[in-house]
Formats: sequence, C-alpha cells, structure tokens
Amino acid sequence: MERFTTHTGVGAPLRRSNVDTDQIIPAVYLKRVTRTGFEDGLFAAWRNDPEFVLNQDAYRNATVLVAGPDFGTGSSREHAVWALQNYGFKVVISPRFGDIFRGNSGKAGLLAAQVDDKVVTALWEYLEANPGAPVTVDLEARTVSAGEGLDRIEDSFTIDDYTRWRLLEGLDDIAITLSHADEIAAYEAARPSFKPATL
Amino acid sequence: MPKTLAEKIWDDHVVRQAEGEPDLLFIDLHLIHEVTSPQAFDGLRLSGRTVRRPDLTLATEDHNIPTTDLDKPIADPVSRTQVETLRRNAEEFGVRLHPMGDIDQGIVHVVGPQLGLTQPGMTIVCGDSHTSTHGAFGSIAFGIGTSEVEHVLATQTLPQAKPKMMAVEVTGELPAGSTAKDLILALIAQETTGGGQGYIVEYRGEAIRKLSMEERMTICNMSIEWGAKAGLIAPDETTFEYIKGRAHAPAGDEWDAAVAYWKGLVTDEGATFDKVVTLDASAVTPFVTWGTNPGQGVPLSERVPDPASFEDPIEREAAENALRYMGLEAGTPMRDIAVDTVFIGSCTNGRISDLRRAAELIKGRKVAENTRVLVVPGSVRVRLQAEEEGLDVIFKEAGAEWRGAGCSMCLGMNPDQLTPGERSASTSNRNFEGRQGKGGRTHLVSPDVAVATGVLGHLASPADLDKAGV
Repeated sequence: MERFTTHTGVGAPLRRSNVDTDQIIPAVYLKRVTRTGFEDGLFAAWRNDPEFVLNQDAYRNATVLVAGPDFGTGSSREHAVWALQNYGFKVVISPRFGDIFRGNSGKAGLLAAQVDDKVVTALWEYLEANPGAPVTVDLEARTVSAGEGLDRIEDSFTIDDYTRWRLLEGLDDIAITLSHADEIAAYEAARPSFKPATL
Repeated sequence: MPKTLAEKIWDDHVVRQAEGEPDLLFIDLHLIHEVTSPQAFDGLRLSGRTVRRPDLTLATEDHNIPTTDLDKPIADPVSRTQVETLRRNAEEFGVRLHPMGDIDQGIVHVVGPQLGLTQPGMTIVCGDSHTSTHGAFGSIAFGIGTSEVEHVLATQTLPQAKPKMMAVEVTGELPAGSTAKDLILALIAQETTGGGQGYIVEYRGEAIRKLSMEERMTICNMSIEWGAKAGLIAPDETTFEYIKGRAHAPAGDEWDAAVAYWKGLVTDEGATFDKVVTLDASAVTPFVTWGTNPGQGVPLSERVPDPASFEDPIEREAAENALRYMGLEAGTPMRDIAVDTVFIGSCTNGRISDLRRAAELIKGRKVAENTRVLVVPGSVRVRLQAEEEGLDVIFKEAGAEWRGAGCSMCLGMNPDQLTPGERSASTSNRNFEGRQGKGGRTHLVSPDVAVATGVLGHLASPADLDKAGV
C-alpha cells in the first residue's frame, strides 16, 4: 500500500445523504475478478445525468469527494472503494460513514475523513461557488482545508489512530498480523474441541 | 465484572491485546462466496500465502446463480467467470465448496445455520454485510470487505476495534398478524439507517424470546440496515433445539460440553450497555417501506409521508429524492400503491418457515392479473423440503413462479431483475435505488404482506384478503 501523508486535489460536492454502496457501484458491475476497471460502474445510475457533479467539466478530475452523512452504508462490497479509487479519488469527506465502508477504505488506502456536518456544508458551498477549487487533506495534522482569506475553511477530521498510522506508514495488515503467528497458534491450541469444523 | 453477552464472546476470542492496537480476534467460521473473494485469493497467490484454516472455511455460490435453466451453464459469461474463479480457488487452496447443483448450495447465510455450522458463542465473518444473520444464534457475526477476507484466509484472525454495546429491549408480544419482519422494519424506521452505527446490538425481551430461530434470523439479518456492526440474541432452548442433530452439531459428550458453555452466554445481571433503545412489540402492525433506504418506512395503514413534515433538512431532501425516484405522491395511502412484481426469498425471508407461511396464505387464491410472484428458496435443501411438503404445487397453482435457490432478485446480479420503473414488494432487505435492477422501485415487506400484495395487486396485508373476500 502507498503511504498517505497529505493530499491536495479538486473537490467534488456530492449533495446527497445515505449514499449506499449500491449507488456507489450497482451489483451488476461487481463481476470482475480483478481490483481494477471498476470506475465504469462508479455512481452508474447518476452518470447518465448531465447535471451530475462528476459530469461537469470543473469537477471531472476531482480527487476529493465531499458527501452528506451516512456515506457507504449497506453492502460490504469493497468494490465501492475500488471504484472510487479507480476513478481517481484519494479522499472521501463525510459527517458519517457506513462501518464496513470505512474499514474497507482503510485497508485499500482510500482516506475516509469524518468531519462535522457544518464542515461539509461549508465545503459544498465553497466548491459550488468555486468549481474546480482544490481541497487539502493533511493526515498527519488531521485537517481538511480549502480556500483563502475570508473564504478559508479549515477544520479537523476524525480517523482512528491505528488506521491513520497504517496509512501514514503504508503498512500491510496481513504482514503485521503474521508477525504474531505464535500468539495465533497458542490461541488455536486452547480452543474447545466442540467448535465446528468444515472439513 | 458483569459483562454483556457480546463482551463475553468478544473476550473469548481475543488472540492479542495491546495498547494502541485494535484487538486481534480469532475467527471461528469464515464463509465465502463468488463475488467478494476472487481478489482475496489473488492477493494470497501474489504474496505466496496459504489459507491458514481451510477447516474453518466454507464456500458456496449464491449471488450470480440463475434460478431457471439450472441444467445449463450460466448464460452471462462474466457471471460464469466469477463462479468458475471461485471453483478454481477452492480447489487450489483446499476450501470446501458447495457449487451449483450440490444439495448444500444456497445463500451463504441460509447454508451455515442449515448445516449446523452456525452455533452460539462463535465469531463468524463473510464478505457480505448480511452475515449479521448468524447473530441469531448468539454469535458475533459481521460482514467484511475483500481485504479483510484475504486477511482472514491468511491468518484466521481480524484486527477489530471493540464496538460499543447497545441493548434493544423489545417489550410486549407481537400481535397476531404481525411478523418478525414487521418488527425489524419498525425498529429501523424508529432508529434510522445510521442509528446502530458503532454498536453491537443485543435484541432482548419477551417478544424476542418468543420468536422461532428462523424469525430471529430475520431480525438479526437486518441489523446492518440500521448501521450496526452486528446484532445478536442470547441462545436458549429454542437455539439448542434448532442446532441439535444437524450435520455439524456437536454430538455425545461434545454436545453436553457445548451446551454447558452456551448456557453461560447471557448478559450478566448488572452489566451495562452504552445505549438502550426500546420498542413495544404489541404496537407493531404490518410495516412497509415507501422510500429508498430501509429506514424510510411506515405502517401499511398509513400514507406516503410529506417531505415537508421532516424537520431535518437532510432528511427532507432525502425524502424528496426518494419520492421522485419511487414515483410516489405524498399523502397516497400505502394500500393504494399498485405492485408489478412480488419477490419472496433472500437471506432475510427465504427459509422454510417463510415459505410455509407464504404457501398457507396463498393456498386456494390466485395471483392478481397484472402482477407476477417469484418464489426463490434460500437454499437447495429449502427447495427440496418445500417440494416434499407440496408447497411448490400450492405456489404454482396460485400462479406464482417456483424457482431455484440463490440471492436472485434481492440484488439482481443474476437475470432476476426489475426493469426501469417496475415496482416490487420484496421480502428482501434493501430498497436502495437500482438495487433490484436499474430504475426498479422496491417496497420492503414481510412474506405475509408479499402474498396479500401478490393476490390483490397492491400493497396489502392478509387481513385485506379476508375483507376483499378472496
């Protein structure tokens, strides 16, 4: 996984709440057996609408998505994270994320930055008034910022310490866990024999 | 110190605990299906890793499986590739697989309990959010993403931050004519789709104790629909009775040892929850959704709400968007909504007791002229059991379609999909935009409401059938 420290890129205001993972990528697009190529299915139903934010030239190359509360609820499909990454997104900002989506983001290297409702509203207004304007997300300082002077928005975001550390270091979870293989083996040796087995 | 049920199970599975790290949990059972596993197996291959515990892993095919022409290869080449990839991976890594055509094939969350692999006090994961279903047995069961699938395959553990604990106290008794599905839909509407976020919830109380095992699975299945990490119910005699004698149930002395352990799996007197919510079961009536998330629901007796009635601006906008998508007008009585397709099935309501109840209601009645009813058993064994009891004949005589087992129209990855604008009453779990097919409009309902709707052609309850004299 690549290290994530700070990122500055075009912000896209997605004025929607409850963007579930079926809306991020519908099930019919989940049939690939690779981790790439899912950008075709990203927000598939909305991409036909010329008014949709990512269909507007100024936001087409956005890398920071600013969404309403309960982003990524529903299905566990990590394809939702891959679709966002395959399209080019590095960060999603929302007041609240679906648990599984947030976990998947941390594993795959997409930063899910949780902020106050009012920060999202301020970013929406700023990005709509200044199409194509950049947003900066600093993982070390845990801040999101955009604009200058009177328009300046700067606030902190929430992310758990462990995920932040892993993203900053670009660490592979499995390698970390396998370094504790002796502890896993000790646990296994003490498991009750009545626990079921499939083989 | 007194502990909650979930804390007991959690603590019994901690492999490693260290300051500043999430707990490393041992996973007792890892269920796998074709959609969320190919990239995980690929990851293992790329890093030269193996499956640590194939004996705690089980795979089946469900999401892409067609429910007609079962004797032919899967027509959609992309679906076929995904299924074939699972077969190759299972073979290569030594994982037991129940493929199409096998008697134990079916929806992964129907298959686990059916085989007796789902037992109290376990940690169960699967790359599918409805893994919460297994919590009905008093286990911590939750959905994971593909990176986590790879992690469990390689290590049989998962690093997890301990969630907060919530109790859902369900008081009173469900009235006749109301079902477990109505209860959970009413709870989600009360708590909203984000209400359970960050919590493991324990469903408790008189109404829960009286539910059958399969009704409890319906409740726990939809825990994720209000954002909970997992949902569970303390095991009791109902649970033990359900497990006993199944293929992977413990036997002899092992059974006694298991039951002794299971009996301790209750929330201790004096244990504290971070949050408690209550629901009066005796006030639950048939419940249906009007919008595009499972929290947007009302009793069937009510009307489509007016978005202006929502104080929160975000909820108001969500309601406006939902009504536009659903093609509904505020103030329309829910019962006036005409339905094109009825879907009975899924991991929420595709078990034998659901089909028995539906068959009993539809017996001697006819599906409405402009409506189609699809009945999709949750597994091959459910289908065979239903056929042995003659339920398939009852459905077919009523004009419903009797299909093969799988996820089917719950998410439309196979050919069972709604067309744009088509409206369904569905016993599944999600009414998201496009969930059952692009442009499709979904109302979530119980099997009872599904049958009555299929017969009358508009959203209805069994009581309406009697009133209509059909």
